[in-house]
Amino acid sequence: MSNLIESFGDFTGFWMVLGQIALFTLVLLISIAFLLLLDRKIWAGVMMRKGPNVVGPFGLFQSFADFGKFLLKEIVIPAGANKTVFILAPILTCTLSFVAWAAIPVAPGTTSGTSWVVSNLNVGVLYLFAISSLGVYGIIMGGWASNSKYPFLGALRSAAQMVSYEVSIGFIIVTVILLTGSMNLSAIVENQSGGFWNWHIFSFQYFPMIFVMFPMFVMFFISALAETNRPPFDLPEAESELVAGYQVEYGSTPYLLFMLGEYLNIVLMCAMMTIMFLGGWHGPFDLGDVVKDWPPLLLSLSGLFWFMLKILFFFFMFAMVKAIVPRYRYDQLMRLGWKIFLPTSLAAVLIVAGYVVYTGVQA
Amino acid sequence: MAVYAFWILATIVVLSAVMVIAARNPVHSVLFLILAFFTSAGLLVLIGAEFLAMLLVVVYVGAVAVLFLFVVMMLDVDFVELKQGFLSYLPFGLLVGAVFLAEIVMASFAGLENHVGTFDASPGAETNAEAIGQVMYTQYMLLFQLAGIVLLVSMIGAIVLTLRHRPGVKRQSIAHQTARRRSDAFELKDPSSGQGI
Repeated sequence: MSNLIESFGDFTGFWMVLGQIALFTLVLLISIAFLLLLDRKIWAGVMMRKGPNVVGPFGLFQSFADFGKFLLKEIVIPAGANKTVFILAPILTCTLSFVAWAAIPVAPGTTSGTSWVVSNLNVGVLYLFAISSLGVYGIIMGGWASNSKYPFLGALRSAAQMVSYEVSIGFIIVTVILLTGSMNLSAIVENQSGGFWNWHIFSFQYFPMIFVMFPMFVMFFISALAETNRPPFDLPEAESELVAGYQVEYGSTPYLLFMLGEYLNIVLMCAMMTIMFLGGWHGPFDLGDVVKDWPPLLLSLSGLFWFMLKILFFFFMFAMVKAIVPRYRYDQLMRLGWKIFLPTSLAAVLIVAGYVVYTGVQA
Repeated sequence: MAVYAFWILATIVVLSAVMVIAARNPVHSVLFLILAFFTSAGLLVLIGAEFLAMLLVVVYVGAVAVLFLFVVMMLDVDFVELKQGFLSYLPFGLLVGAVFLAEIVMASFAGLENHVGTFDASPGAETNAEAIGQVMYTQYMLLFQLAGIVLLVSMIGAIVLTLRHRPGVKRQSIAHQTARRRSDAFELKDPSSGQGI
């Protein structure tokens, strides 16, 4: 039997895994509700508005009110739309963004060498990459099935954009894999232990590599913006040109699923950046001896705390970018992806590979 | 558990493969093709080739099939016209299918496992990414690089075939655009009242 089937996290057993999946889903859904509010609050703050503040204290329950509203509305399927594909598209988008979380290790395990993850894949990075490359189907299918001009144009734009930036994301991931010598996400996190200077963004343990890895981190962040169709790269739904891109014909629950999938993807990208560049669950300083006698569960929870804090930091960055950066033009977007990011990340792969071979850091 | 998973996945692969040719709408065909790819990746996972499975999803589902879908959606295919040539192509299709089937049957009866995999794939490798890497970069180094060159040539060929330099096309020059200063675009005038500029 393969590792993929056997390695169901710390605990084995069907029900245990099912419980883990349910827990992940629940936590993700609730966090998305508040992250959405945070997004809107930050955006409002930059514009010197108050943002949502009516439902609950400080508008805390705004997302739940929106949720109820979306659920209670009628699902409108346009005449001439391809019904099956039309309904399937948002479901696919949402499902894929949940599925990707199966490989994300969120905290160190209570016994050494393990981690809190639903499935500790040996090819975890590739799995994430594969799943995120599938995300484009939801958008194409939605745009095509709507049987309308604007959604179709939006879908084509979006697909071209996501495929373009996937290439540079792939190469940047390869640099991290080369430094770690493993595609296991937990191994990548463990490789960055010992203090914040050892995180891949600074790569102090591979000294001159900071000059490669830091630009790679910045490029990954920008590519992540493009990959998730966030401003300044939200051309698929550029409302001045395409009304709302592939989502024009969607309303009520299908729209909710699209939006949920979009935000889950954003948080997933934040998690990927945290794991690959910012040391995952490691705190900024290695407290080695001080925390040695702490109960393992407490250590795991503190790891979870750092992991979530870093994700929150990245989400804040995403929201700030949305608030302060004007939208790119489509040809600028393509130029940035193909003419700048692709050659740069390819060069970085060559440099890192050369460094790894000549210093022999990967025995 | 794995046996049930195999039967479920195998059924889905075969059914979706049938639907690829049976579906009336070409876009549906491509979507079923994608389903078939994806489920085959599941089968690869079952036999422990997780690296290959992920590559199948990344390369075929994530890139190649997207292009297929693009092309099929952009083409305005006339379904009636498409069906008309069906009977005239049928004998040729049957011939190709029969030859293909015969080859598979012959290969499986000749004992496929006796002819391929004649060397031990990398004894020290822990994951199958390492195993594939060790074989690919030692045993099959030349073939691997040759495949790369073939791909490069075909890529250049495609560009040469489709690239046309058309005169009179407006192009964006980013360097020119970013080098533009306020003084290039604006001129402040102070016209006195009652007179134009």
